[in-house]
Amino acid sequence: MTVKIITVGEDILGTNEEKARANNKRLDGYGILTVDIMSSPGAGKTSLIMSTIKYMKEKARMAVIEGDVASSVDADKINEMSIPVVQINTAGGCHLDANMVESALNDLPLEDTDLLLIENVGNLICPNAFILGEDKRVMISSMPEGDDKPYKYPAMFADSDVVLLNKIDLQPHLEFNVDGFKKIVTGLNPDVIFFPVSCKTGAGMDAWFAWLESAVKGKKNR
Amino acid sequence: MSLALEKANEASASKITRINLVVGELSGVVGECVQFYFDFLAKDTIASGAELAFETKPTTVRCYKCNNIFTPQNGNWACPECKETGIEIVTGRECYMDSIEVE
Repeated sequence: MTVKIITVGEDILGTNEEKARANNKRLDGYGILTVDIMSSPGAGKTSLIMSTIKYMKEKARMAVIEGDVASSVDADKINEMSIPVVQINTAGGCHLDANMVESALNDLPLEDTDLLLIENVGNLICPNAFILGEDKRVMISSMPEGDDKPYKYPAMFADSDVVLLNKIDLQPHLEFNVDGFKKIVTGLNPDVIFFPVSCKTGAGMDAWFAWLESAVKGKKNR
Repeated sequence: MSLALEKANEASASKITRINLVVGELSGVVGECVQFYFDFLAKDTIASGAELAFETKPTTVRCYKCNNIFTPQNGNWACPECKETGIEIVTGRECYMDSIEVE
């Protein structure tokens, strides 16, 4: 039988992107600012979300989607703070995708939400390739991970709107060149917004809160 | 896989023998893993037994200052010409289906 070659030339992630655009449109309809928070495991995504809830919950109506490979420990913590939260367990999957987020949105009170934080699965590779419908992509890199991470995971650093350098309270114990790190990050991503912070001590968090608050307002007034 | 089946169906093909994919070094795609899961998914479809062929695109970046296009070597992303660190990723993110071969 003759073999025929059919030219396709289509993005493999096209279906995800289509779904992500639909999510974004849906969230836009409610004026919700949606933030996808990505980092390696243990960099401080949940800590950042909890600190942000403490500061922002009087200023904006918040909701959270928690992505994890397994367990609901993070969602339980958010739930204790009386914030609507949906847990997505990826059952081994290393990232969230737009389809999972679409289902989670059905379980959130979107009409009563101004700010939606999505905690992605801890991973610096795959979450970058799967857009979810977010307005802003925020990544956390923490000092103990080392200052060479941007060159190991360039796409993630290049595509993030905000890079938070967390755990700066550990600086005295580490050989981490903050200026060098910032230079590499801005080299990969000239428009990046960079916040050195400590979720533990609260250092630097005001700048992050101010940015987020203004982004929420910007979205509402659009 | 649904994309390959859709295209094969449009062409009224009876069997997909090969799927040609283009993936960049930065895309995080591991060919062996994809083939492994593909074989499971393809069972009882016309794509059963199809070979996945991966063309890997290397990472290349462009220097913002002097426009030099280069491949970072040994984790060194500074421009070898002018030593600037401001760069834009040109290739390496690809992840698409180039073509399928059908009978």
